[in-house]
Parts: sequence; structure tokens; C-alpha cells
Amino acid sequence: MAYPTTFRYTKEHEWIEVKGDTGTVGITDYAQHELGDVVFVELPKAGAKLKAGQSFGTVESVKAVSEIYSPVSGDVVETNGALANEPEKINQDPHGAAWLVKVKLSNPGELASLMDAAAYEAYVAEKQKETSA
Amino acid sequence: MVSFGGWDMPVEYPSGGIIAEHLAVRTRVGLFDVSHMGDILIERSGTPGGALAAVQHISMNDAAKLSIGQAHYSALLHPQGTFVDDIIVHRLAEESYLLVINAGTREKDWRWVRDNVRGFACAARDASNDYTQLAIQGPRAAETLRKLTDTDLSSIRNYWFTTGTVCGLHDILIARTGYTGEDGFEIYVPSDAATSEMVWNRVLEAGKEYGILPCGLGARNTLRLESKMALYGHEISDTINVWEAGLERFCKLEKGDFIGSAALAAAKAAGLRRTLVGLEMIDRGIARDDYKVFDETGTEVGYVTSGSAAPFLKKNIALAYVPPSLSAVGTNLLIEIRGQRLRAQVVPTPFYKRPKK
Repeated sequence: MAYPTTFRYTKEHEWIEVKGDTGTVGITDYAQHELGDVVFVELPKAGAKLKAGQSFGTVESVKAVSEIYSPVSGDVVETNGALANEPEKINQDPHGAAWLVKVKLSNPGELASLMDAAAYEAYVAEKQKETSA
Repeated sequence: MVSFGGWDMPVEYPSGGIIAEHLAVRTRVGLFDVSHMGDILIERSGTPGGALAAVQHISMNDAAKLSIGQAHYSALLHPQGTFVDDIIVHRLAEESYLLVINAGTREKDWRWVRDNVRGFACAARDASNDYTQLAIQGPRAAETLRKLTDTDLSSIRNYWFTTGTVCGLHDILIARTGYTGEDGFEIYVPSDAATSEMVWNRVLEAGKEYGILPCGLGARNTLRLESKMALYGHEISDTINVWEAGLERFCKLEKGDFIGSAALAAAKAAGLRRTLVGLEMIDRGIARDDYKVFDETGTEVGYVTSGSAAPFLKKNIALAYVPPSLSAVGTNLLIEIRGQRLRAQVVPTPFYKRPKK
């Protein structure tokens, strides 16, 4: 799966797409693939405050529990409620319908420290080399 | 791939994923490479009766009840009545027993067996490297295997075995055993790579029309959990005794002394401190291994040994040790999940029981 060039990426495999002062956050295709079948998602409520680099929720697959880290600081304005009943969407459409939260950015400058698509692809390629070695 | 007892094992295969693999076994057929399981052979050497006496001494079930061609679930115990490992004992011949043991405990088990059968007229051998063990499991397992053997599979009852020709290979052990809660077979083929690969591919080909999937360790774990089958290091360990684990039907004190029997008799008289129960989550959340269990007043009362989303039952289930007073079906308990105490209830086990034909 191609990594959209309009997104920015974290080392913990989250993505963010910013439009105006609001960012949409999800986990990457690499992350969903590593997790396997997702069966449970726990997200903060609208109004929750997020800090860049801090855990704000959990994605669980059959085999593993994985924390999700916020790419940016800000206030949650919306969470993807559909994932409660259809967590498997994260496996099917991680860069689209299975976004997790929308965040109003309090410090847009933080985006500069995130990877662009090319850098993230290189980062993931390196990870895959490690695991197959 | 994960390292498991020194083996590189797939948690899941690219063709499936844990849920698809689990459902294939429940509704169709799945193929597992379980070559990591160890094998110990105990055979007569000298005085007649030596092999049986040795097996009786080191394992808790009554091997004298086994006919040739029959197998049973059993365990190797410490003198205090706790588990060295759980095993399947197969009686191969008049005085020949095959013990199938876990991968993670192979070295320990082998040393333990070797040391404890010394006084008996028998020869024990670690035969783990002789076999590739494949498990063909699910309601279509018999139809799949039938295409590859001239053996009448319908004559092999549950927990019995025979030897026959499989994929043109002679004298292959075919056992109606498994670790999934489904009907199925485990076959033991020569362990060289070319033969193993040939049989693996032929089974996949034979099962194609039934929708067979290769299955990894992930599905193996969720399948055994739904069927409440114990896993060493979780439900059973060197600190948990037979009564606590609820495995009394496989432990025959009446057969005479064996390692652990005296402690178990004393433990029985003393009464249970904890017992294994099945839990189903009421609140949204998944209980995982080692999570703490609380009673409704907030007192910590036990811990989870295995927990997961159950792919076939579509519930979040767990096994846990709790005091007997909190083990009745319907008892409400709380499980601490990331700082929150979520409601769960004791339910009947096994969680899943395969439909009778």
C-alpha cells in the first residue's frame, strides 16, 4: 500500500493529515499489518487534551495490545465512533475510513519533526529488513 | 516469525491471519506444523514390565489402561504435585510408549524423564528430531487426509492411533488427537526437509476444495483457549497443582504411587485454595495474561492465565485462578485492564464444544 504524500508520519507508526488547524490521526498500513486482526479500539472522548508523543488510546489485535501515540499536541474534536463496532476497518482501510481522532493543533510547529512519506517508507523498509534478517 | 522454544514459528500465515485461520479450523480444516513438539520414547530393556512401570512412575494418568494403539492426556509432576509438563502418552507396542511433550520444556522434560526412569528396566530416548509432526484439524480433516492414505480413518477413534501409508510413506503414525477442540489428526512423518515439505504441500492440495488454511501459533492458542485446554506456563506450571488446574480426571491416585501422588493426596485432604475458572467480559475490554482479578468489594482475588478475543464465539474470554468461593457460574468479578476495573462473569467451560455429529 502506498503511503499518502499529504500525510506526516511518526516512528511509532501513526499518521496525521493536517487541513487548516485540524489534523486527522490514524495508524499506518505497516502498523495494522504488524498487529494482525484488530478486534478492539479504545479512544479518548472529544475534548480530551493530547500531548505530542504521549499515549492517547489503544488498538488491540487478537495477539497484541498496542498503545497509540499522538503525533501532535492539541484538543480532540472528534473520534471515529464507527471503530467500536467495526475495529476490523483498521485492517481494511487504515489510511482512510479507519482514522482514529481529529485534533485541533495547539502547536503546528511540531509537524516539522515528523517524517514525510518518502522518509517513512525508507524507515519501514529498514524495519522489514531487520525482522526478516 | 517468533522464536518459540528455539524454533522460528509463524504466529500467522500471510494467506490467513489469526481470525481466518481460527475460523477455518472451526468450520472447515486447518494445517499446523507442530514439529516443535518433543517426543520421548520409553521401551522395555531387560525384565518384562519395565517400560510400563517407568511410565506409571513418571506420569499421573493410568498407563496400564492403555491398549496398544491408544493414547491419553497425562502430565509429568514434581514431588509437590505441580507440573513439569503436560504430555500425551501413546502406547505403540506391548512395551513401547511415546510421550509427546512441549517445545519450551523439551530439555527440562528430557532430563527429568531420563533421571527418573533410571531405576526401571527400560530404555528412554529423546526422539524429537526423528519426526515432523503435522496436525490436520477441523470438521473436514478426515476428508482431507483420506485422499492421502489407504488407512481407514473412520476406524480410528478419538485418542487412538494407527500406522499406515501417507503420501506414499510407509509406517506413518496417524493419531486422532489435537489441540483445537475439533476433530482431527496428528501425523508423524520423517523429519528431513524434503519429505516434510512434500507432505505439507500435499495436505494443502488435498484440503484445497474444503478451503484449508495453514495455521500458526496465534490460532493454535485461541483455538485451545476456546476449548479450555491447558498451556504450560499459563494454566499449568511448577507452582500450580493438578487439583487447582481442574485436571483430576487425568490423574489416577488409585493406580498406586507415582511422583507427586503423596503431595496430591495431602493437597486433596487439605482442600483447594484456588481453582481455574472461565470468564467472559461483560464490559468492553480484553483480559490478557497476568491481569489482576478482583471481587466486587475491590479485593484482589486472583489473576488471568490466558485471555483473548475469541474469534469463533465473538466474545472476550479468559481463564483465571480465583478462590473456590468465587468460582460458581454467574459470579461477578472485576479485571483490571490498564488501570480500570471492568466487569466479567464466571461462565461454564469449555467456552466452545464442538457440535456432536
